[in-house]
Amino acid sequence: MKRIPRTARRGATVGLAIASIALLTACGTTAANDGGGEAADELGEFEGQVSLLAWPGYVEDGTNDPAVDWVTPFEEDTGCEVTSKTYGTSDEAFNLMKTGEYDVVAASGDASLRLVAAGDVAPVNTDLIPNYEGIYDFLKMQSWNSVDGEAYGVPHGYGANLLMYNTELFPEAPTSWDVVFDKASEHSGKVTAYDSPIYIADAALYLMHHQPGTGITNPYALDETQFKAAVDLLKEQRAHIGEYWSDYLKEIQAFETGDTVVGTSWQVIQNVLESSGAPTAVTLPEEGATGWSDTWMIASEAKNPNCAYAWLDYIASPEANAQATEYFGEAPSNEAACEFRSEGSCEAFHAGDEEYASQIWYWSTPIAECLDGRTDVECVDYSGWTEAWSEIKG
Amino acid sequence: MTSTPAELRPRRTAARAGSVFLSTHPRARLALLLSAPLFWLGLVYIVALVLLLVTAFWSVDSFTGQISQTWTLDNILTVITGSLYQTVTLRTLGVALLVTLIDVALALPIAFYMAKVATPRMQRILVIAVLTPLWASYLVKAYAWRSVLSQDGILEWLVAPFGGHTPGYGLPATIITLAYLWLPYVILPIYAGLERVPDSLLEASGDLGGKTWSTLRLVVFPLALPAIIAGTIFSFSLSLGDYITVNIVGGANQMLGNLVYTNVGAANNLPLASAIALIPIVIIFGYLFLVRRTGALDNL
Repeated sequence: MKRIPRTARRGATVGLAIASIALLTACGTTAANDGGGEAADELGEFEGQVSLLAWPGYVEDGTNDPAVDWVTPFEEDTGCEVTSKTYGTSDEAFNLMKTGEYDVVAASGDASLRLVAAGDVAPVNTDLIPNYEGIYDFLKMQSWNSVDGEAYGVPHGYGANLLMYNTELFPEAPTSWDVVFDKASEHSGKVTAYDSPIYIADAALYLMHHQPGTGITNPYALDETQFKAAVDLLKEQRAHIGEYWSDYLKEIQAFETGDTVVGTSWQVIQNVLESSGAPTAVTLPEEGATGWSDTWMIASEAKNPNCAYAWLDYIASPEANAQATEYFGEAPSNEAACEFRSEGSCEAFHAGDEEYASQIWYWSTPIAECLDGRTDVECVDYSGWTEAWSEIKG
Repeated sequence: MTSTPAELRPRRTAARAGSVFLSTHPRARLALLLSAPLFWLGLVYIVALVLLLVTAFWSVDSFTGQISQTWTLDNILTVITGSLYQTVTLRTLGVALLVTLIDVALALPIAFYMAKVATPRMQRILVIAVLTPLWASYLVKAYAWRSVLSQDGILEWLVAPFGGHTPGYGLPATIITLAYLWLPYVILPIYAGLERVPDSLLEASGDLGGKTWSTLRLVVFPLALPAIIAGTIFSFSLSLGDYITVNIVGGANQMLGNLVYTNVGAANNLPLASAIALIPIVIIFGYLFLVRRTGALDNL
């Protein structure tokens, strides 16, 4: 009689042990993957599907607005069924890529190098992408889309993080970011800011123009004292923030209801608000702005590499590039794209204007080795930025 | 008596043999019955949780996001000593306590009316009324409060003629929304507890000259206390771990859940997130330890 339960108990223990070991192994060390594999030499047959990870507004198939659809023509041409997911911050994208579920990602400069370093994206053989030819030269092989002379993707569009304001409360367009910093108290509780550590660069950019004593020359290269000045400015701003935003739908709603009246935003958000008749407008203040220059990258473990290459080529084509970048509200990366955009929209974003493009401080990942070339000090790296961001929010 | 005809004798099937075996071996029966729930609880729940919490002792490479499995107490120390975590912990505790107080204050009269005053028919209707909000999704309810509390929401419209204003988004909004969300979870255990209090006790108290308030205070309340504490466990622990509501209506504020969320989702620092997650676990274990003698746990 006693023999059976003991066996049963032992059986249960063994089962538990085996399962625990299986679980432990599953959670075990993932070998550090540096490099991320080789670029493809040639393309094979299309796999019939491709999954994309992108900023909102980059992959539109007509579900948000029936008039806005550049995914369907691609699907019809190639037979590659597109599934897509949008993300709100570069950190989110970086994290989602770790799941290995996406073949292609549209990454900004504050994520792209991290993706390369983590081995999540592979080099791209641009010879296999005919439309790469048409991309502006000043966007190719930049520090955020290439490593050691190897291209890691195709440039998409570029643009600025704009200042959005309520036109009823600001009959005249504000000309400076001071409405969200030094003058934030005038609209206390209704100011918004972008909810990401990279927003610290916006404060640094403001200090660069208004407190030259801090010696900031690049908002992504901040030493200990400069960083502290920027963080302090943001802590003062915190008292007047109604809410931080990273979900663009939440931002749209807050501006519609008047819960938020001034703060950072994107052109695409203004486009949506404008179509719903909300009293908002955006402007590029005199200090310039932070911004983005995005890159379409291919996952190192892509399950559908051929369809991924097809998408990179398609989205770099003048027609698709024009549609996607115009809808989002940014300058296109393809020189010929302006022929397909509506009148004046390329001029508004200074497309191809190298000089103007250099005024925007494109998101980059802050690293200890100062990006502005200083060697006498150590800069605060991204983990320092992340920590400080939690502290600023308190 | 002659032997039973063969066709009436039970046939020897495997199922029959098995049930004969089990009926004569109670321990095997027990092992078989318990193995599935134990597997679920032990392996899927506890082992997974422990494995996650072990991560708190690891660290992460901030640039590549790789977790390095060298043992370190850094995260635990950061969480214990960092002023950010102390502030947020206190804020979260404050919110959880206030939500619990509000819910108990609202639930007591409702549950008492349901259990002792209402007719059986009314009682059924009220139980359904309390349960109905649970049919709607959490997110729907939270976003509904976002529009109610907004600057041009219904609350502003209602109170503006009387000189009032909506609290807007922030901690008051968070407390209101959470108190709304968890109210059914507090009403139901108290109602169940009060139903078990025999009416005869109330009558006896009245017969002996007890006034309404004395009866409530000296008879009903002590008997209902375990049920009330059972209800507080729900509202307290659910508030302690919440991050969605504060994300939707909390304005610029964060609670412990948000710190965990940003460290998993944005900062990609799972070890630090695990260390932060230990705070509410410790608090709730402390609370359960305090109330375990009141019999509240039998009322869950």
